[in-house]
Amino acid sequence: MVPTSSTPTATTDSSSVPTPDHDIIRFRAGWRIVARKEFADHVHSVRFVILLVLVALAGLAAVHSASGPIRDAADSATQTPSVFLLLFTLSPERVPAFHEFLGILGPLLGIAFGFDAVNGERAQGTLPRLVAQPIHRDEIINGKFAAGISAIALALASVIALVSAYGAIRLGIGPTQSDLVRIFAFYAVAVVYIALWLALSLLLSVVSRRASTAALAAIAIWLVLTLFAGLIAGVVADTFRDVPADATSEDVLANARLELTVRRLSPDQLYKEATGVLLNPTRQSTGILVLEQNDLALPSTLPLDQSLILAWWQLISLVAGAVVLFAAAYVTFMRQEVRA
Amino acid sequence: MPSATDADMTSPPLSSGAVAVRADGLTKRYGDTVAVDALSLDIHRGEVFGLLGPNGAGKTTTILMLLGLTEPTSGSALVDGIDPTRDPLRVKSRVGYLPDEVGFYEDLTGRDNLLYTADLNRLTKTEGRRRTDELLAMVGLSDVADRKVGGYSRGMRQRLGLADALVKQPSILILDEPTVNIDPEGVRELLALVARLSDEHGVTVLLSSHLLHQVEQVCDRIGIFVAGRLVALGTVDDLATDLDQWVFVVGVAGMAEPATVLRAVDGVHDVGHDDDRLLLFAGRDVRREVQLAVSDHGGYLTELTRRGADLDTIYHRYFHDPGES
Repeated sequence: MVPTSSTPTATTDSSSVPTPDHDIIRFRAGWRIVARKEFADHVHSVRFVILLVLVALAGLAAVHSASGPIRDAADSATQTPSVFLLLFTLSPERVPAFHEFLGILGPLLGIAFGFDAVNGERAQGTLPRLVAQPIHRDEIINGKFAAGISAIALALASVIALVSAYGAIRLGIGPTQSDLVRIFAFYAVAVVYIALWLALSLLLSVVSRRASTAALAAIAIWLVLTLFAGLIAGVVADTFRDVPADATSEDVLANARLELTVRRLSPDQLYKEATGVLLNPTRQSTGILVLEQNDLALPSTLPLDQSLILAWWQLISLVAGAVVLFAAAYVTFMRQEVRA
Repeated sequence: MPSATDADMTSPPLSSGAVAVRADGLTKRYGDTVAVDALSLDIHRGEVFGLLGPNGAGKTTTILMLLGLTEPTSGSALVDGIDPTRDPLRVKSRVGYLPDEVGFYEDLTGRDNLLYTADLNRLTKTEGRRRTDELLAMVGLSDVADRKVGGYSRGMRQRLGLADALVKQPSILILDEPTVNIDPEGVRELLALVARLSDEHGVTVLLSSHLLHQVEQVCDRIGIFVAGRLVALGTVDDLATDLDQWVFVVGVAGMAEPATVLRAVDGVHDVGHDDDRLLLFAGRDVRREVQLAVSDHGGYLTELTRRGADLDTIYHRYFHDPGES
């Protein structure tokens, strides 16, 4: 009955009392234990399955609708570079392209794996038990962030592999090596973009005592930044750079520039511009091109590193956004008292 | 009876000496309120120490400071010879903690909850499995170990919490209000387990409670903690004596005005009524005097028992001025 086979004292080995050094070695990398448990929870959760199915269906629909026109034009378009990548960016018949779909639905993945991360522990009363174990306090939030990113990375990899395979079957051609590299770059950017939303929802889960409040706040922010951002940017642009009836082209341009600037406050826009460039080697700009600039541009394809340079500040902004949000969650969590 | 191996277990780890927990002027302020006020206290190795006090007295804050989960404003603590503020990981690796209102991952089984704790304490997979099995058997949860905790009763959760605190094989066990919200039978079982851990394994136990009568029989010593200050310290009997509070239940028959007669007995402070019996509050053992006085007045005793140092009385004495009672 009673665990007689072992000593109740903390000495792990009977011949010597653990030295501080021994304990330092023994108790490092606690975040990995937290991450492993959280990752298993995520992957086994119903919400993971639901979101995976949702994103996979949306992705298949996008790729399916894109593949039709590509097939039709395939014969006449043999000189088109990277036909395979068009699967991800082409949006005929008002069905958004795959990368646009991901821009809208991806945040839901991030929100789903973060909104109850810390307040859920508080609500269940597991936090005092967890912090009393030999791990550093920050390892709890680090482990949760790592687990969330891993779950997102796994989900995205599965979905992208699935839709790529489906697209390859529909088109009858596979991706070239450079297509694969670009798809991987797109994948990496998508993971960072969703990690930003994960960090946001993690922050909300630290700040808000109730998971439902955190989820609602996250969804409100998601709606504003992805679905309504275009509307808001339009209103702001029309208010400050009105386009009168006798508008000059400068007026129109100023209006469009302001609208774009406002839109770029949304991570969704940054993500779309960055992935748009990465998935389309012929894209030579992320900004506004007036017609004559477009005519002057030489139709050519860019190597990947040139595309990356084109989108570098969008990429850096996404990474910085994720880092800042996670840092805010981290600092707030570390300052909170254990008792709610 | 302790066997040879038990004797080995009770021998304290080197270097830590006979004091398991030492608080020295431990103070915690939140803004203007003082949660814990210059607490100095030694808890000896192997004893069961009860920290008694009303809700909000600073018991949990004290425990959090001992675990290094909140920093003292001033003063220091040594737990198993280690300063929890400087080296919280080493303290947390050897102190088992059952928090107030313990919670578990509702969607995981009882066993999986314990295995997670085993992982966090860096037990190997086999070690963790073995330890978890033993502890589940010890707290009587083997049958339900593979059910989700969501379906556990409060008493089961509390016992699982005790098992959870023991996963790391602690030399010190801290239980915060372990008897709250569980039925009397659950309280009895839990305290029997605590007593056995202390007797058979020499684990030092610090338990906090606001219900003295529930925990007095398992505590070797108690400290009365009111409004952040330790106002009394000692065995239950010591405290009762110090407080001039010996309480006797007296049943008298065959005489008139027994209360008046008993109030006149030397050493008796006060007489109260408890149903048809009398309650004597005295500064010492006055049973002999009571017996003589009753027979002098032609009556006889139907009952004369000491009511085990009545913490209600102690509480009343110490708690009536702080806001909460």
